[in-house]
Amino acid sequence: MARDSDPSAEPEPADPRAAADRTIARQALITGVGLVSCLGEGLDAHWEGLDGFAATGPVVDTTSFPPFPVHPITALEFDRQIPKRGDQRQMEAWQRIGTYAAGVALEAAGIKGNADLLGRMDMIVAAGGGERDYAVDAAILAGLPKADDPGAFLNEHLLSDLRPTLFLAQLSNLLAGNISIVHGVVGSSRTFMGEESSGADAVRIACARIAAGQGDLFLVGGSYNAQRPDTLLHYAMGGKLWKGAPTPVWARQDAGGGMTLGSMGCFLVIESRSHAAARGATPLAHVAAIATDRCRRRPGEAAAVADRQLATLAGQYDAARTAVISGASGVADPTTEERAVLERLGLPVRATGSAIGHGMEPSFLANLAIAAGAVARGRLFAPLELAEAAMEGPLAQALVTGWGHWRGESIALVAAA
Amino acid sequence: MAQDTDHLGRPIVAVTGLGVLTSLGEGQAANWAALTAGTSGIRRISRFPIAGLRTTIAGTVDFVAVDDPSGPALSERLAERVIAEAIAEARIGADGDFPGPLFLALPPIELEWTQRSMLAAAAGANETIGYPDLLRAAAAGDRGAVYERFLFGSVGERLADRFGTKGSPIATSTACASGGTSIQLGVEAIRRGETDVALCVGTDASVNPESLIRFSLLSALSTRNDPPAAASRPFSKDRDGFIMSEGAGALVLESLAHARARGATILGLIEGCGEAADGFHRTRSSPDGKPIVACMRRALEDAGIGPDSVDYVNAHGTSTPENDKMEWVGLTTVFGDRAGRIPVSSNKSMIGHTLTAAGAIEAIFTLLTIRNGLLPPTINYETPDPAIPIDCVPNTARPGTVRHAISNSFGFGGQNVCLVLGAAPQD
Repeated sequence: MARDSDPSAEPEPADPRAAADRTIARQALITGVGLVSCLGEGLDAHWEGLDGFAATGPVVDTTSFPPFPVHPITALEFDRQIPKRGDQRQMEAWQRIGTYAAGVALEAAGIKGNADLLGRMDMIVAAGGGERDYAVDAAILAGLPKADDPGAFLNEHLLSDLRPTLFLAQLSNLLAGNISIVHGVVGSSRTFMGEESSGADAVRIACARIAAGQGDLFLVGGSYNAQRPDTLLHYAMGGKLWKGAPTPVWARQDAGGGMTLGSMGCFLVIESRSHAAARGATPLAHVAAIATDRCRRRPGEAAAVADRQLATLAGQYDAARTAVISGASGVADPTTEERAVLERLGLPVRATGSAIGHGMEPSFLANLAIAAGAVARGRLFAPLELAEAAMEGPLAQALVTGWGHWRGESIALVAAA
Repeated sequence: MAQDTDHLGRPIVAVTGLGVLTSLGEGQAANWAALTAGTSGIRRISRFPIAGLRTTIAGTVDFVAVDDPSGPALSERLAERVIAEAIAEARIGADGDFPGPLFLALPPIELEWTQRSMLAAAAGANETIGYPDLLRAAAAGDRGAVYERFLFGSVGERLADRFGTKGSPIATSTACASGGTSIQLGVEAIRRGETDVALCVGTDASVNPESLIRFSLLSALSTRNDPPAAASRPFSKDRDGFIMSEGAGALVLESLAHARARGATILGLIEGCGEAADGFHRTRSSPDGKPIVACMRRALEDAGIGPDSVDYVNAHGTSTPENDKMEWVGLTTVFGDRAGRIPVSSNKSMIGHTLTAAGAIEAIFTLLTIRNGLLPPTINYETPDPAIPIDCVPNTARPGTVRHAISNSFGFGGQNVCLVLGAAPQD
């Protein structure tokens, strides 16, 4: 299709300067951010919440899902981004958080309501699944052991008790579906699944398509509701959750590690430099590099993946003016291994999970947004715990790491726009 | 020799390996024989009790066993088997060392009643039980196998472990368009020059009580339970819903240049991909059919061919009243007067709706249609719908020369994909 025409099809410019100009034109810029978490809404709220974290302490709910603390989503006025109450009713919390964050990102990029741009905007959403009906589940679980015919009992109760529309609030691809309906993003719609890696791969593929001319304007994001017993029990079965008093990510490693989940939504408008310039958009930051990979996570394998990724980035950043925004989950093995890699790197590090929790699919996106915000400000926020060093000088670039709590190793380099 | 780049100078994407498994059987040969004989794979559900259900039939895959049965376990096993078939045909890479990335269309994953009941029993609660009890039971943290099985990432990761695909595996869900999306992701990666080879897979093993009931509650399923083989009747006036089905399909995609250089047999081409999202409604398509039309037109434009070059349409053709009507509206808009003269058949009349896998499985069947010069029929076509004057290749397979075909996939949530598939170049 014409909008998908690939500039690699064009004859290579004989003039090297023209080739360089084309590369610059195809750079991927962040031109809009919609970020919500326990720290509030927007980049300013996040910078302030992170910078003041040492003084204020965590925003955390320790009573709803004992023994597991969770970071709750900030209070959101959903009406501002999802005006129709009927739409809100059709969604569960994870979809409302994501659809809200997507609206904020579109607004920040100056695209909201622009039918022409929305009509050719490509969307990639990183998603898990939606909430269950806890009362229906509880009633069925109570009745099943006593039922004469458990199979018939299950069929009867699912048929009569499940809300027909609940399915649509659960399906992974329906976060994207709701964004198409509420905000009119209809150029294309793809949903990636797979915990942390899905968010990083969504960004990677958007940036690769922009670089190759397979698209100019993307909405990339995801959302996560941590305040859900059904997902908490899933990670609890694997022994992955931190129990007890809220503790920062690195400090948790002295007591066996574990992750504290956090509700969050993050959407980014990512577009080519030429497209942003042509419509007069103000870019926040430049995604200068992004890589994702995997391994089986035998001891040392993830570190080897990260070392390879870092080697390809060497020379692309000024170490004196670069910091690391780490997405370390807190789960013992990968967190310990990542820490060793980062110590060798020797840059100031902030593990944001201490403040916003670990948010699975959108966690990498949220850290990319936080990194972009800090780079745009030219300063790194204060350490979140004792293990993190202060950074006094200016911040020009940030590395963003995203190691899945089980699998997947991702990294991005964010630079000033 | 024909050139290796397309009308936009991009690498042409060839198909060099196929693997397919459906309720009709395992492998290309068994499936093609059954499909062109007009055989139905739809049967009475035997996997779980059907008491009280409105729909008691499905296209289940019952001949593949897994330990600790669950949706993700069977989805993974089906994917393994079709990938093995496709890689063997493509003769590419070493065992456990596939030289490209994995794009996997996968159904959403969540704990099932087996696991929930297990936790409830472990919680030891009696008269009432709630999520706090389940959470207490889960907090022992000694169920790592269940945890890992129900991660969204674990099917793709295990397939990557097994077949040695390169990079982070992409698991995608665009509902019933997912299989098409996985192929499109592979095509794009090859066109970008990011890889010479890609493994694109769709798999779905979602026939369990809750999934069936959820579709039933949306009034999406046929309730024509007797006889099961007659239930799926795309484009018929008396169609009343789709049939949930299982299956998997795998395609080895490769740049034509790479395939030629290593002397691979070219099975066909992926000439173009088009997609469009629909912002109209969560389960219904825009009444004007605009997104359906847009994705077909974009696919043709991407392929660099006009509608007149299309010899065959592999329809989404779900057998729901809404889909088949809207697909016809879309076809008449794109093909004009030719719409009623182009053969358009629905594999779903025989295999049912394989949901997440449908786009991949039906792309494979479309490639086999092109290769064999034989159009699979739409079975159960007894009562034509006067509103849909379509040539659906009724009931019996028909010979036909096909150089270019399109395969449609339209999903709940408004995600639509169309692929243009072409014959291997005549060298």
